[in-house]
Amino acid sequence: MTRLIALTLTLVVLGLGSSVASARDWQVIRIGVEGAYPPFSALTADGKLVGFDIDIAHALCAEMGAECTMVQQDWDGMIPALLARKYDAIIASMAITAERKKKVAFTGKYYQVPARFARRKGSGIEISEAGLQGKAVGVQRATTHDNFISGEFGSDVDIKRYASQDEAYLDAAVGRLDLLLADSVAMQEGFLDTDNGKDWEFVGPGYTDVKYYGDGAGIAVSKSNQDLVDRFNKAIEAIRANGTYQKINAKYFDFDVFAG
Amino acid sequence: MDVNVILENIPLYIEGMWVTVQLVVLSLILGLALAVPLALVATSRRRFIAFWPRAYIYFFRGTPLLVQMFMIYHGTAQFDWLKDSALWVVFKEAYWCALIAFALNTAAYTGEMLRGAIAQTPFGEVEAARAYGMSRWTRFRRIILPSACRRALPSYGNEVIFMLHGSALAGVITIVDLFGAAKIVNARHFVPFESFMAAGFFYLCLTLLIVWIFRIAETHWHAYMRPREEEGEEKGSFPARSAPAYAAKGL
Repeated sequence: MTRLIALTLTLVVLGLGSSVASARDWQVIRIGVEGAYPPFSALTADGKLVGFDIDIAHALCAEMGAECTMVQQDWDGMIPALLARKYDAIIASMAITAERKKKVAFTGKYYQVPARFARRKGSGIEISEAGLQGKAVGVQRATTHDNFISGEFGSDVDIKRYASQDEAYLDAAVGRLDLLLADSVAMQEGFLDTDNGKDWEFVGPGYTDVKYYGDGAGIAVSKSNQDLVDRFNKAIEAIRANGTYQKINAKYFDFDVFAG
Repeated sequence: MDVNVILENIPLYIEGMWVTVQLVVLSLILGLALAVPLALVATSRRRFIAFWPRAYIYFFRGTPLLVQMFMIYHGTAQFDWLKDSALWVVFKEAYWCALIAFALNTAAYTGEMLRGAIAQTPFGEVEAARAYGMSRWTRFRRIILPSACRRALPSYGNEVIFMLHGSALAGVITIVDLFGAAKIVNARHFVPFESFMAAGFFYLCLTLLIVWIFRIAETHWHAYMRPREEEGEEKGSFPARSAPAYAAKGL
């Protein structure tokens, strides 16, 4: 009898152990978001997270039948926090780049828009190697824009790197920057259309150079959770097919952000 | 541990370290230049005069350096009259804003240190100077200030180290100093432990350099306190005679 109990207990313990070790069923997913990148991700005055990324995250979770919690995280610590398992996925307009793929797995893109420069109206700055000589250009640190400006114009430009895009807008508005380089849609809605950015305008072409800008914005997931990547990919396809994506798209933009 | 990422980015760290050294050395020079008159006025016996430098010292010792730096960097950008003036050339640059904040801050700490050291001047020294017929200014220049500086030297070494560590705040306002460089490496390669530990290593090296410089300075300026050889005492033993001179250490 004692042996039987011991055996049962052992089996139960083994059973529990194996169910913990096996893949999670993803009923509950924690999602890392930034909250400082309007209109994709922002905080309202009363501290609620809103934006395209947030709506997409909720739509994907609804599609997967999962319960999602949003975890706000500064950009610099976004990937380290994912690796530290503070959340299971990043939905924060993160471009799919080769450097990041070394550390994390990505889904397919969920949107893609070109990057552009903006200048103060009447400054007459042109986007060329000579035109950028000695100019203060504001970018968000360790973004695709940072890599682009550092790689293409690095030695000629005074690059000012900010922890968040909002901080760069702030310094641009008060006159500390000559140029901004950012995602064109984010900059339009988050800066140029606001009171702070009323004296600023776009200049130069749109950039989508794969070497720097990768394959659009994707969802980053730990490499050990390939099953979650597959679930997200299926969910992205599903919300694009059933019109949910288009509804969210129309709420924020008057053009298709998926194709770019 | 990913050592290669750090090795690849050594040039960035060196560049950052150079900015850190610049900021610290410049702010210490400016701060010291400000601290001497501050201390002089703060020791005035006329209360109304002594009040002003003391209020300055109280403000800068009483608020965090980060708050002071934000007031100068973000605060100045708020005033249109300032932005339209020639001064904006200075306040526009994060570098100068940080330097101004650091210099004003270290001036307050150094000023207080000197004020304390001046107040502790043994009265015999002043009396002797008077007996020689030195004027008030000559007395200050020849006797009181050098004597106070010698007493303040060990605690000033501490202040220099604190300034070095405080200078890491520059990395918060877009300046690529040693800490700023570490933040870039971290954000690009996602290795927080390695990138900040490398920065810590460089700060340690700089601190070691400072400690070494101050050891030499103390050997030089405190030479008169060492026991004389002919007295048969062992070199480097603690000199009992000089106990009063060390009283300033507890500032």
